[in-house]
Amino acid sequence: MIKKEMIAMLLAGGQGSRLGVLTSKVAKPAVAFGGKYRIIDFPLSNCINSGVDTVGVLTQYQPLRLNSHIGIGIPWDLDRNIGGVAVLPPYEKSANSEWYTGTANAIYQNLEYMDSFNPEYVLILSGDHIYKMDYEVMLDFHKSNNAEVTIAVMPVPIEEASRFGIMITDENRRITEFEEKPANPRSNLASMGIYIFNWKTLKEALIAMADQPALDFGKHVIPYCHEKGSPLYAYEFTGYWKDVGTLNSYWEANMELIDIVPEFNLYEEYWKIYTKTEIQPPQYIADNSMVERSIIGEGTDIYGEVYNSVIGCGITIGKGTVVRDSIIMNQTQIGDGCELNKAIIAENVKIGNNVKLGVGEEVDNDTAPHIYNHGIVTVGEKSVIPDGITVGKNSVIFGVTSAADYEDSHLASGRTLIKAGE
Amino acid sequence: MKELSQKRAICAMPIAGSYRSIDFTLSNMSNSHIQKVAVFTQYNARSLNEHLNSSKWWDFGRKQGGLYVFTPAVTSENTNWYRGTADAIYQNLHFLKNSHEPYVVIASGDGVYKMDFNKVLEYHIEKKADITVVCRDMEAGTNVERFGTIRMNEESRIEELEEKPLQAKTNTISCGIYVVRRRLLIEMIEKCAEEDRYDFVRDILIRYKDIKRIFGYKIKDYWRNIASVDDYFNTNMDFLKPEVRDYFFKQYPDIYSKVDDLPPAKYNTGAKIKNSLISSGCIVNGTVENSVIFKKSYIGNNCVIKNSIILNDVYIGDNTYIENCIVESRDTIRANSHFVGEGDIKIVLERNERYVI
Repeated sequence: MIKKEMIAMLLAGGQGSRLGVLTSKVAKPAVAFGGKYRIIDFPLSNCINSGVDTVGVLTQYQPLRLNSHIGIGIPWDLDRNIGGVAVLPPYEKSANSEWYTGTANAIYQNLEYMDSFNPEYVLILSGDHIYKMDYEVMLDFHKSNNAEVTIAVMPVPIEEASRFGIMITDENRRITEFEEKPANPRSNLASMGIYIFNWKTLKEALIAMADQPALDFGKHVIPYCHEKGSPLYAYEFTGYWKDVGTLNSYWEANMELIDIVPEFNLYEEYWKIYTKTEIQPPQYIADNSMVERSIIGEGTDIYGEVYNSVIGCGITIGKGTVVRDSIIMNQTQIGDGCELNKAIIAENVKIGNNVKLGVGEEVDNDTAPHIYNHGIVTVGEKSVIPDGITVGKNSVIFGVTSAADYEDSHLASGRTLIKAGE
Repeated sequence: MKELSQKRAICAMPIAGSYRSIDFTLSNMSNSHIQKVAVFTQYNARSLNEHLNSSKWWDFGRKQGGLYVFTPAVTSENTNWYRGTADAIYQNLHFLKNSHEPYVVIASGDGVYKMDFNKVLEYHIEKKADITVVCRDMEAGTNVERFGTIRMNEESRIEELEEKPLQAKTNTISCGIYVVRRRLLIEMIEKCAEEDRYDFVRDILIRYKDIKRIFGYKIKDYWRNIASVDDYFNTNMDFLKPEVRDYFFKQYPDIYSKVDDLPPAKYNTGAKIKNSLISSGCIVNGTVENSVIFKKSYIGNNCVIKNSIILNDVYIGDNTYIENCIVESRDTIRANSHFVGEGDIKIVLERNERYVI
C-alpha cells in the first residue's frame, strides 16, 4: 500500500486582486518573478528540496498559465511514478457541486486525493510567497513537540502586527491564543499561512466543519482544533519571507534581488529554485548599450540602457531606450528611444518607439488608488502601446491600445486605460 | 583541437553560451520527428555522458524509441574499442537489426546547423538513391582540406569523393550527414567488417561510389564544423551576428539543451558590456567586449575581457585582462592576471584553487 510520510497541498486558486491588471488573466501564483521565475516556483522548489515529492496544487482562478507551467512537474523533478505533482481543480459531484469557497473548503473537496497517499502529515502551503524554507525541519519540530498542528510564524515589527494573524505562545512555543488582525497585538509572531497537520486531525476537523460556508484555515479550522484541545505549536522562521500581494511589495521584492549580495540569494547551490525553461539561448548585449545593477533572463536582446531593473526572458529592448527601476516580464518587445521609469510590464507586451512611461507628477490613481500607487506604471499582459505615447505615474494600461485612445499622445498620471472589456 | 579536447569529446564542446555541440544534431533529429536515436561515444565521454544523463531535454523520453548511448563494450567476441565509424555501428549492429524503421540518418555531433532530415529523406527517395550525403559549397577561401570533398555530376550523383585531400579539387564538402536504408546499411557494414575495414567514409562511401547510387544533397544554410580551435572560436563568434542569432535563437524550431536551473545573469555596478553574449548564472562586474561568456561565470571588478570565449563556470579575479583567448571551463583565474593571444587564439588553462583555506 502506498505510504507517504508527508504530502503537500498548495493553494494556488486565488486571484490576488491587489496586483491589479497583472492578475487579470493569470492566477497570482503564475505571475512572473525575478526575471525567469513564477511565484509558484518558490513553494514547489521548497517542496522538492525538502524531500516532499507529492504535491497537490489546488487551482481555480484563471488556471491556464499555471497548468501549462506545471505540466507533469518535470522542472521540479515532480514527475513521479507514485506521487509527484497533481493539479486539482474544483469538479462536479453528484450532489452539492461547488467552487472552492475557502482555503480549507478547497482541501476538504480533495480528501480523497490525500487519502490515496495514506499520509502521516499534510503540509498546507499557499502559492504566493517568496521564500526558501526546509519543510523537513518544520516537520521535525512538529514531531518533537508531539503537535497535531504546527503553524509557521515569523516575527514582524509590533507596529505592523495588526495586519496579520497573530499567535500567542507559551515558553515552549505551544500556542495558547491567537488573534486575527488584532487592534492591540500581544505578540509579534505572525502566521505565514504554512501549516503541518497530522492527517487524522485534519481529516476529522474538515469533516466536522464541512458545512461551514467559506471554510477557512485561519478563521475556522485552527480555532476548531484549538477548542478541541489539540496541541498547536508555532514554528518560528527567521529567514527571508516576502508577501508579494501588492504591486509595491512585488516591485520591492524584485528590486531586492539586484543588490550586490541580496538577502534572498538565487545563486546558492544547495537550495536551487527550479522553473520551466522555455527559452534557452544566452542574452545579447549590443554595442552602445549599458547594463548596470540588473538581472536579465535568457534570450533577451538589449540594445539600449538598463539600470536597476529585473528583466525576464526573450525580451528585446531597442536602441536608445532607457529602462530604470522597472520589471519587465517574458517576451515583451520594447521599441527604440523609449524611457521607462518604475514600470511593471507584464508578459508579451508590445511598446512602440519613443514611448515614455512614468514621467511627470505623482497623482493618485483615479479608479483604484489602493492598488496602483507608489508611482508605479503598470502595463497588463499582451498590451500594445503605440509610438510616441507619454504616460504619467500611478497609471495603468491594459489591452491593445491605439493612438486614438490617448489625448495628445498622453495618458496623465493616475489615469486608467483598460480596453478589451475587462 | 589542442588542449580543449583533453577534457571532453568534441561533440560535448560548449557552443554559443548555452549549448553543447551535440544539441544541434539531437534537436534537429527531435524536430524532424526522429524518435529513436543512438549516440556512439568513446573518447573522453564523461562530459558527454553527463550532458546526456536524461533524454527529456530533446523530447526523447519516448516509449517508442528514445535515446540510446552506446560505448564500446567487451563481449565474448570482441574486446576492441571502436576502431572507426563503421566499426562503431558494427559493434552495435543488433540495435539496427532489431529496429523496424526503414531508414537511418547518420550524423556527427560536431556540426552547428539546423536541418529538417525529412527534406533529405524526401530527396533520397525521389532520387532513388542508395546513400544520400549532405554537402555544402564552402565560401571561397575556406580551408576545405580537412573535410571530405565531393564532386557531383549534373544530376547530383557523386562521382568523386576524397577524404581530407592534400589539394582539394572542389569546394563542395561533405557535412558528415548521411541517409541510407537500414537493410542496405546492415549489409554494407557486415561486409565491411568481414574485410576488416572500419571507416564509414573510406571503406563504404568511397569504395561503393561507383557501384551504389550515392547522391549529394546540397544545403545553403548555416553549417559549421567545430573540430579545430579556429573553427570553434569563429563559430562561437558567429553568434554575435544578428542574422546567426535570429536563425538559431528566434526562428522555429528551437535548439534544445539540458536545463541547468541557473538564476538570471546579474550585472553589478561597474559592468560594461559591448556586443557580447552572456549566459544565465553569470555575475558580471567588469568590462566585456565582443565575447561569448558561457554559463555561471563570475567576472570580477575592473576586469577587461575582449574578443574571447569564457567557458562554463569560470571565476575571473579582479583587475584581470583577457584578450583573444578561450578560457577553459571550471577555471579559476587569479586577480591581476594578464592573458593575451598574440596572432593565434590562446587557450587558457589555469588550474588554480578557487577557494583557498
